[in-house]
Amino acid sequence: MTGKTQERLLYLISPIGLIVLWQLLLMAGIGDRRFVPAPSDIAWRYWEMVASGELAKHTAVTLWRVFAGFFLGSIPGIAVGLLMAMFRPVRIFFDPLIASLFPIPKIALMPLLLLAFGFGDASKIALVVTAVFFPVVVNTYVGAANIERIYWDVAKNYGASQSVIFRRIVFFGALPMIFAGLRIALAVSFIVLVAAEFVATKVGIGYMIWNSWELLQVDVMFVGIVTVGVLGLIATVCLQEIERRVIPWKAE
Amino acid sequence: MPVQRRGAAVEIAALRREYLSGQGRVVAIDHVDLKVAPGEFLCIVGPSGCGKSTLLRILAGLDKQTSGTIKVDAAGWAVENAMVFQDSGLFPWMDVQTNVRFGLDTRGVSREEADPRVEAALKLVGLTRFRNHYPHQLSGGMRQRSAIARAFVTDPGMLLMDEPFAALDAQNRVILQGELVRLWEQTGKTVIYVTHSIEEALLMGDRTVIMTAQPGRIKQVIDVPFPHPRDLLQLGSSAEFGKLKLDIWRVLEEEVNRARAEMEK
Repeated sequence: MTGKTQERLLYLISPIGLIVLWQLLLMAGIGDRRFVPAPSDIAWRYWEMVASGELAKHTAVTLWRVFAGFFLGSIPGIAVGLLMAMFRPVRIFFDPLIASLFPIPKIALMPLLLLAFGFGDASKIALVVTAVFFPVVVNTYVGAANIERIYWDVAKNYGASQSVIFRRIVFFGALPMIFAGLRIALAVSFIVLVAAEFVATKVGIGYMIWNSWELLQVDVMFVGIVTVGVLGLIATVCLQEIERRVIPWKAE
Repeated sequence: MPVQRRGAAVEIAALRREYLSGQGRVVAIDHVDLKVAPGEFLCIVGPSGCGKSTLLRILAGLDKQTSGTIKVDAAGWAVENAMVFQDSGLFPWMDVQTNVRFGLDTRGVSREEADPRVEAALKLVGLTRFRNHYPHQLSGGMRQRSAIARAFVTDPGMLLMDEPFAALDAQNRVILQGELVRLWEQTGKTVIYVTHSIEEALLMGDRTVIMTAQPGRIKQVIDVPFPHPRDLLQLGSSAEFGKLKLDIWRVLEEEVNRARAEMEK
């Protein structure tokens, strides 16, 4: 066994240990299984919900909302961040806006967005957009503004136009930081969306969790929580894989 | 590729560059008058802070003088100048051939025309096999070779070099110095080469300009008497070379002592 695989196995010890302990405690009669279901109860319910297609229905809707919001929020975030780094007036225009709007808990905007976009998917997607935009714009700006001076010098000395500097220098120079922003944004988009789905919708994993609370189906609640965690993990791994391919110059 | 035409000519008159810093006004260079002949290999030597890099940056269009004039005659050349930086300045996100092609892309040279020129430039510096490598996969010497190829490919009338080999180990430095002199002998370009090493300046250049610090002024211009083509290794170990180097050091020693006495007054 190589050191690497050994490390990976060690990595699994703490979560698996926790689950085993949890199961054993409940089987020993410590704790009330109606309120704290055992991992085996959750797994059983999980299987049921997969088989009935109910989980897939909620998952599909949540994923669609997350990804639509993620793309619609991060693309303008990247564009604005790059423009801020290149042009002082753009920076002066956006700086106070970002400073004042970033700290607002985005979930507080939900009632406003319901007014503006109604009870359909649009209001949830809009909420994810507002949550994703800020970490992406800030990271992109920081990445682009900290490109080493020598690259600007080379570009200028070799006759690069503003558009070439933008497309071939600033964008790529900022790319590692852009991905750092995207990773944060991805996590944030799950966080705000699940919260948003607690209200004003009849479908989605957030709704499923909230609804199971009202019906006191604690095992379904756990199924929802675990599903969000797994989706977040898979999405992050995918993003890291994309990053590895898009930034081949990042030293291994 | 033997080229018949001669590189750009430069005429610098009464150049001065000052800037404001925390302590007030700092004069980076002052009273710089200098003529560079077409096809000349001119070295500029001086201690750090003597404004030699500032002079080069003004020539490269990356900085502006406070007063004085620069006239460059680069008629017949595609590009007036191209700079090679100390820290290569290769874009980490472009592979070698894309880096080399950069100065052609920015000037709208078509792919069909650019590709053979990139090919030739890569061959010139012996990096054909490494065209698809990224800068972080190359040694320091190969990175500087790529940077030199990127400058040559644009066919500039004048090459501006800012201590391009200072960060290399001694062996690579000697090898690249030899290669650069050979390239220069073949292409007839004007080279302005900034270094802090007197030895390097005397080895490579036709003339060596010695600058003093604060404010940066030209102290002395030395005609280097050794003919081209040169064998740098042989030249570097010859008695005449040692004698010239010693003479210059003597002058500089005087200068340093005088400056020190001035400061202690």
